[in-house]
Amino acid sequence: MTYATLSELRAQLDSGAQTACSLAEAYLERVQALNAELNAFVHIDADEVLEQAAASDTYRASHGPRPLEGLPIAIKDIFCTQDGPTQCCSNILKGYRAPYDAHVITRLKEAGAVLFGKTNMDEFAMGSSNETSAFGPCRNPWDTTRIPGGSSGGSACAVAAGMAPAALGTDTGGSIRQPAALCGITGLKPTYGRVSRRGIIAFASSLDQAGPMTRSVEDTALLASVMCGHDSADATSVADAPEVDWLGACAARDMKGLKIGRPREYFIDGMDAGVLQAVEEAIETCRELGAEVIDVSLPHTPAAVAAYYVIAPSEASANLSRYDGVRFGHRCEAPEDLLDMYTRTRDEGFGAEVKRRILTGSFALSSGYYDAYYLKAQKVRTLIRQDFLQAFAQVDVLLTPTSPVTAFHIGEKTDDPLTMYLADVFTIALNLAGLPGLSQPCGFADGLPVGLQWIAPAWQEDRILAAASAYEAATDWLSQTPATGGN
Amino acid sequence: MNIDVQKVAMLARIRLTDEEAAELGPQLEQIVGYIDQLSGIGTDNIAPTAHPHDIAMPLRADIVSNGNRREILQQPAPATEAGLYIVPKVIE
Repeated sequence: MTYATLSELRAQLDSGAQTACSLAEAYLERVQALNAELNAFVHIDADEVLEQAAASDTYRASHGPRPLEGLPIAIKDIFCTQDGPTQCCSNILKGYRAPYDAHVITRLKEAGAVLFGKTNMDEFAMGSSNETSAFGPCRNPWDTTRIPGGSSGGSACAVAAGMAPAALGTDTGGSIRQPAALCGITGLKPTYGRVSRRGIIAFASSLDQAGPMTRSVEDTALLASVMCGHDSADATSVADAPEVDWLGACAARDMKGLKIGRPREYFIDGMDAGVLQAVEEAIETCRELGAEVIDVSLPHTPAAVAAYYVIAPSEASANLSRYDGVRFGHRCEAPEDLLDMYTRTRDEGFGAEVKRRILTGSFALSSGYYDAYYLKAQKVRTLIRQDFLQAFAQVDVLLTPTSPVTAFHIGEKTDDPLTMYLADVFTIALNLAGLPGLSQPCGFADGLPVGLQWIAPAWQEDRILAAASAYEAATDWLSQTPATGGN
Repeated sequence: MNIDVQKVAMLARIRLTDEEAAELGPQLEQIVGYIDQLSGIGTDNIAPTAHPHDIAMPLRADIVSNGNRREILQQPAPATEAGLYIVPKVIE
């Protein structure tokens, strides 16, 4: 039952076969059984969950159901919630309680969702393996000696292991899509500006975007339809964003005549052979479904990782200056003076990867280097955006692998930060360009899930959902579940 | 490139122990060595990206809209007094 989709659970709630309380109990039991091993949740309060579920059942009885009525949704620890701690999996925010809900959380509550705990993540979303978390690594349910991907690793693991039917993630350079791929689930990074960033702890403000992580494409559409929408209190939320018929886009399950671009820079030496094979087979399936596959080029792709590792750390170094021991979070013991308080608080509170990124950003923005690094990277970013615009003059969507490799072993890449950065080579470019991207399962390599990434022009998420739901209907990856914890 | 990691750390207001500096210094040089590849890319006459969709930030009327929430917002602070944040003495 806990591997059901949101749509299936909704039908069970509507028919009376389940109540919000019985659902919540079933998923709590699953968390109880599996979390010690997988470490997907860093906080969950059963009483709080059951209280929300009971309130949802009461609401349903008197008013009828709202779009997410009674559905448990796990929340990445980066979203501020008034109830329970919000710690961004960092020691500097240990015990922090947010004074307000993120805009997205408010929208979920208004839609009747049951907030289902806080999920593990890389500290401040900086990482691709969930290993930089101050609460210890999360494990991949398909092979518990391996990482779930990151930074939204706990959310991906929770959904893949049937500990929650859906979860929220955030994506700055691939943090929704890469863990979705490595755990065999579906995840969407919407167009930059579609989802309010208010109350989501900031990493890189020009790149961060929240999105759904679910089992099916239709579930992603359902959750996105609730999450997206203008928020006048967030200056980066776009007011006149073109609207999308989220659920309607999934209805046709048809890709006849769709022009799919296959960017040659995303099929490179050094990829896992099994990943390449699964993605090539998926492309063949799309051809059989009536799509036309066209070779395209995004020539500046090889520079995307370098541009990202200037821009994201630069923005992070500014955003994380707020953790100074004055207004919230950790403060060191008995500071000698103000400078001692700042420097010691930040040394004690931040982990090694967060320090590396803050130092990289501080260096790139420092006097004498700004033009050579930050300004240069923003110019390269323009070239990357232009690549996509030119490709979309020829095709409707782009199709690529989400990650060049499947889930790697815990500890395999922690000694070499640069190797870890290259794990995001296929996901980063579209954050730089502000475009929407979705990862969905497309098979296995040596028993580990492989992800397929769809990319569309800005504001055209419906193209991705239509294509991905057609592919999903033609395959049976959705029914595959990991052996962890039994089925 | 030779980078003085302690100088950069002071700009970032992070104390680094000698041990941390010995580890993070070479890593920072390695990362900067990697991002240096950007210098080989031609960007003459290319405007830097200011916003992914070339949209200007919106402005709103300068009116207080969410009231005075000082008490709630100061609750997570390590030390406050009379509505003020308490920090070590700055001026002698």
